[in-house]
Amino acid sequence: MTPPLSRADPLSGAARRRRDRGDAPATRPPVPLLVPAVIALAFLVVPLVGLVVRAPWGQLWPQLRSPGVTQALVLSLWTSTVTTGVCVVVGLPLAWVLARTRFPGQRVVRALVLLPLVLPPVVGGVALLTAFGRSGLVGQWLNSWFGYEIPFTPAAVVMAQTFVALPFLVITAEGALRTARGGYEEAAATLGARPMTVFARVTVPLIAPSLAAGAVLCWARALGEFGATITFAGSFPGRTETMPVAVYYALESSPDAALALSLVLLAVSVTVLVALRERWLLGTGL
Amino acid sequence: MTSRPGLAVDASVTRGQFRLDVAFQVQPGQVLAVLGPNGAGKSTLLRTLAGLTPLSGGRLCLDGVVLDDVAGEVYLEPARRKVGLVFQDYRLFPHLNVRDNVAFGPRATGASRAAARARAQGWLERLDLGELAQRRPAQLSGGQAQRVALARALASEPGLLLLDEPLAALDARTRLDVQDELRSHLAAFAGATLLVTHDPLDALVLADQVLVLEDGGVVQVGTPEEVVRRPNTHYVARLVGLNLYTGQADAGRVRLDGGGELVVADAAARGRVRVALRPSAVVVATQPPHATSARNAWAGHLVGMTRLADRVRLELAGPPDVLADVTPAAVAELGLRPGAPVWLSVKATEVDVYASGSDVEAGPGGYS
Repeated sequence: MTPPLSRADPLSGAARRRRDRGDAPATRPPVPLLVPAVIALAFLVVPLVGLVVRAPWGQLWPQLRSPGVTQALVLSLWTSTVTTGVCVVVGLPLAWVLARTRFPGQRVVRALVLLPLVLPPVVGGVALLTAFGRSGLVGQWLNSWFGYEIPFTPAAVVMAQTFVALPFLVITAEGALRTARGGYEEAAATLGARPMTVFARVTVPLIAPSLAAGAVLCWARALGEFGATITFAGSFPGRTETMPVAVYYALESSPDAALALSLVLLAVSVTVLVALRERWLLGTGL
Repeated sequence: MTSRPGLAVDASVTRGQFRLDVAFQVQPGQVLAVLGPNGAGKSTLLRTLAGLTPLSGGRLCLDGVVLDDVAGEVYLEPARRKVGLVFQDYRLFPHLNVRDNVAFGPRATGASRAAARARAQGWLERLDLGELAQRRPAQLSGGQAQRVALARALASEPGLLLLDEPLAALDARTRLDVQDELRSHLAAFAGATLLVTHDPLDALVLADQVLVLEDGGVVQVGTPEEVVRRPNTHYVARLVGLNLYTGQADAGRVRLDGGGELVVADAAARGRVRVALRPSAVVVATQPPHATSARNAWAGHLVGMTRLADRVRLELAGPPDVLADVTPAAVAELGLRPGAPVWLSVKATEVDVYASGSDVEAGPGGYS
C-alpha cells in the first residue's frame, strides 16, 4: 500500500511564517541529539539557578557590609587590578616578541606561555612555592639577602593571580598584533620613528581595543583565582583571603555570606561576558 | 661620486628566484617614473630605497649620504633615512586625525608637540587640506587621503620622495584632478622624486625621465616622449598601443624576426633595429591594393576585434601580425568577420625605425 500522492500535509503555522519570510527550512534535531543537548544545557544552568534562588536577597547588603566579607572584597578588587597592571606591563612586550620576532625555540616559548591555562592552579601554587618559598629556588636568596619572604603576603596573592591570568593577556594581545597589519609600522618607520616610538605611538593605539579586552579577561581570571592563591598565599583574612577563598571558608561558618559573595562573582562574570561578547564571538585571540 | 646631490642607485636584490638589478641616478628636483608590469620589481626597488628591504649587492647614496652599501657594510635603518614614502594604500594612521598624521614625522624626529603641529598645519595649508585637519582618515575621500599621505611624507622634509602607484587606488574621475595637483606639488618639491607606476600616462604627465623595468632589469631609460614613441619592449608598446617589431635593416628594408618584411623611409638604417607602427596607420582592404603609394602591402586574416572608444581595434595575422584601428562603419562596410581574408597596407613614411635598445646598454648613469 502506497499513500496517495495527491494528499499534501497542511503546513504548520510556524513553517508557513518561515516560508513567508523566505528563510531556509528549520532543521528539526533528531531526538538522540536533542535529549543530551538539553541535559548539557540544564547541567550548566541549574546550579546558577540554585545560586540565584537560594541567595539571601534580603540579607545581601548587610552580608556584603560584614567586616570579613568587605575585607575579602576589597583585597580581591585591588589585587586583581594590580595583577592586571602587571600582566599588561610584562605580557604586552612578551606578546610583541612572540608576534613580531622569530627566534629558535619560539614554539616552545609559546607552549610555556599557554601552559598555565591547562595546568591545575594548585600545581601552579606548589610551583610558585618551590620557586619563591622561603627555601625555594629564588626565595632563599630573597630571604638571605633582603630578609624578605613572599609567601602568605598580598604580593603572593598578586603573583599567584599573575601566574594564571598572564596567558589570557598574552594570547589576546599576540592575536591582535598578528592581525594588525605591519604596514602602519612600516609607514611610521619611514617617517623617522624609531622602534620604541613605533610601538608606543602606532602599535599600542592600533591594538588598544583588543588589549582592553585582554585586560578585562585577565582581571576576571585573577578575581576568580583560588587554587594557586590558597596554596601559595594561604588564607589570612584581610591579607591573603580573597573572595573565592573567603567563599570556600564561609560555606561552613556562614553560608549566607558565601552565597552573597558568590552572587557578586557571578554578577562580575556576567558583566564581563556581556562586555566582551562581540570580541568573544569574533574570536580575536580567544 | 658620493658627494653629488640627488640619488645614486647601483643595486641588486635577490629573493628566491627573483633578482632585481638596477643602476640609475636622479637629480634633485627631477621626477623619475619607474614603469613596469606587476612583478617587475618596482615595489622591491621602492622598499630598498626606503630601507624596508636590505640590498643583496651594490649601494644606495642620497645627497652624499650612503643609505645602504653591501661591500662597505653600511645599512641605515628606515627611520634614519631622509626618504619619504607615499604608500599605494596610503597607510594613514587610523587612530590619528589628519593633522596628527602629518605631524607624526616631525614629532617622531624630536619636535615638540606644538612645533610638530605647527609644521603640520603649514603643510596642510600648502596642500589645501586645512579644512580637513580634524578629520579621521576613514572620513576622507581617496583623493583627499592621497594628498594627506603626500603632506605627511613631505612634512618630514625628505631629500627623496617615493610614490608607489600614487593614482592606482583612485577612480577615473578623481584621477585626472589628483594627477594635475600632484604634478604641481612635485614641481614644488626640491628633492629627487621616484614614482612607481604601471600607467604610461602617469609617467607622461608627471615625470622628467622614465625607466622601464621588466623582470628585475632596466630595459629602457629616456624621456617620457621617447619611451612612448619608441618603446623598447612589447610591454610598453602594448601599453601605449603601438605595433612593435624587431628585425634586421638593410637598404631601406627591414626583415622582421617574426616573419615578413617592411619597406621603411629611412634608407640609412642598418643592422638590428626596432620598428614601431601606429595601428591607425594601417589600411585594411578586402581587395589587393594596386596603383597605391603605400610601399608595404601584405595578405592576412582577421583574428579578433575589440571595441575602443570611437574605433575598432583589429587583431590581424600576417606575417607580420599587426594591430589596426578602423572605424565601426568600415567594419560594417567591409563585412569583416573573424577569419576573413584581408589586405593590409602601410606607407613607408609611417614606419618608425630606430636602433635596438642602444640606450639600455649605456648602463649606470647613462642619462642625467
